[in-house]
Amino acid sequence: MDTFLLDPLAALGRATFALCRTVGNVTLFALAGLSHVVRPPYYGRMFWRAFIEIAWFSLPVVALTALFTGMVLALQSYTGFARFNAQSAIASVVVISLTRELGPVLASLMVAGRIGASFAAEIGTMRVTDQIDALTTLSTDPMKYLVAPRLLAAIIALPLLVLVADILGVMGGWLIGTYKLGFVSAAYLKSTFDYLQAEDVISGLVKASVFGFVIALMGTWCGYNSKGGAQGVGGATTTAVVASSILILALDYVLTEAFFAR
Amino acid sequence: MRDMADPATRPADRPAASGVPKIRMRGVRKAFGAKQVLDGVDLDIAAGRSMVILGGSGSGKSVTIKCILGLIQPDAGLIEVDGKDVLHMSRAEREALGDRIGMLFQNGALFDSLPVWENVCFKLLAQNRITRAQARDKAAEVLAQVGLDGSVGDLSPAELSGGMQKRVALARAIAARPDIIFFDEPTTGLDPIMGAVIDGLIVDCVKRLGATAVSITHDMASARRIGDDAAMLYRGKIVWTGPAGTLGHSGNAMVDQFANGEREGPIHMELRR
Ligand SMILES: Nc1ncnc2c1ncn2[C@@H]1O[C@H](COP(=O)(O)OP(=O)(O)OP(=O)(O)O)[C@@H](O)[C@H]1O
Ligand SMILES: [Mg+2]
Repeated sequence: MDTFLLDPLAALGRATFALCRTVGNVTLFALAGLSHVVRPPYYGRMFWRAFIEIAWFSLPVVALTALFTGMVLALQSYTGFARFNAQSAIASVVVISLTRELGPVLASLMVAGRIGASFAAEIGTMRVTDQIDALTTLSTDPMKYLVAPRLLAAIIALPLLVLVADILGVMGGWLIGTYKLGFVSAAYLKSTFDYLQAEDVISGLVKASVFGFVIALMGTWCGYNSKGGAQGVGGATTTAVVASSILILALDYVLTEAFFAR
Repeated sequence: MRDMADPATRPADRPAASGVPKIRMRGVRKAFGAKQVLDGVDLDIAAGRSMVILGGSGSGKSVTIKCILGLIQPDAGLIEVDGKDVLHMSRAEREALGDRIGMLFQNGALFDSLPVWENVCFKLLAQNRITRAQARDKAAEVLAQVGLDGSVGDLSPAELSGGMQKRVALARAIAARPDIIFFDEPTTGLDPIMGAVIDGLIVDCVKRLGATAVSITHDMASARRIGDDAAMLYRGKIVWTGPAGTLGHSGNAMVDQFANGEREGPIHMELRR
């Protein structure tokens, strides 16, 4: 603390240096993990375990999030749009904001909380109880066995989850639109699909894939490098969730810029 | 049960192997932060023999073994296995060597997400030497060797007692019949009889498989039973090596103090850390 007050520049330099080193380490870890995805042997069992954990067990929380988001979206836009008589645009607003933005981001944030934490805790515990070292002595590369299957599973599972989220979100909007706001069901659905473009959905799914990679990467990386017993694993878990959530939001901007700012 | 003290079965009676040592360490140094844990370890372990490493708690015995296994990268020094420098090996060579090595971790390090039988046969499965169908039978067979019932195979490691976990870990270390085996405190946490059984098993591995064993133990009776040779690690260096049979009356004041558990002597335990 003293040095921080006395010499803020040095502290800033140290922090920047540490950040660069961390970014470098995470990048190397990611490249190593991805390279193991394509090189045999493949651990199908580990892949399925991770896939089921992400895709199937996240389904309820993602579904509820999407449903309520769609409902709120319809309600909010109704009250807002009524001010300039644009209520008819509600269906399009709901579907476009869901597929492009809210579906991928909210689903990924929910999954980051569940999966990032569970990956970091499981791998972190394996690290501090020597299980990762044990893998090495049992002719198994821990990067291949623990990291690669999780990365692949998240990259594939997130788009599927987001697809479900898109559908349920639109359904939530439709429920509110027809039962509460007095739209005719067929008209609501027609205007939902009239203005929707394939690009909206696909860009959302691509985002989801990237976010899935980030979640699995931060979870496995934090766990893999955790030190010092239960406290270390707790710290790794927190870092994994916070870092992946922030990265999701930051990357969301970058990807949106890349897709739509043309 | 066989009497392990029977002189006819004592490993120390076998002739020392000649030629290149199986494992050779020279000037191995390792520090964690400011703490110099290994400060120039020199150690030769002959092929087909059983070496016991002694030393106080925290003296760096586990670190020494992990350096040989490549789990910890030493700061300096040379480590050779079969005359080959393991610190500068290619990845493929390292993996090939790893296939021939078994390790029992001090805390067991069992995979708690897998049932016991899969733990035991993990290496055989990883090397595709057996199918998953065969693995259960194989696991039961190896578990029997460490005095566990085959039905233990279906439990998860978390459901076992500490001593049972140790024995499962031991079964996992020897299941693939390695050429070099490391045992980090194999009998800690076991009752005396089971301790003697495990000691017998280690002796068997060395004798029947012709394996080279490196064990860490704090139990002098066990050290005399399983060891052909013994080495003492103190303040980051190997201060003595000699036949395990002479522990307690070796003539080296430090070793004898340690082996006999005397408070007075050349070793001063650093109680403040
Ligand atoms: N990964 C690590 N990071 C930091 N320090 C470590 C690490 N591993 C070991 N040490 C330190 O190295 C020293 C030696 O540890 P080691 O585990 O080798 O002791 P040991 O001789 O096996 O003791 P025991 O008989 O109690 O198992 C200890 O002081 C420990 O604090
Ligand atoms: Mg130890």
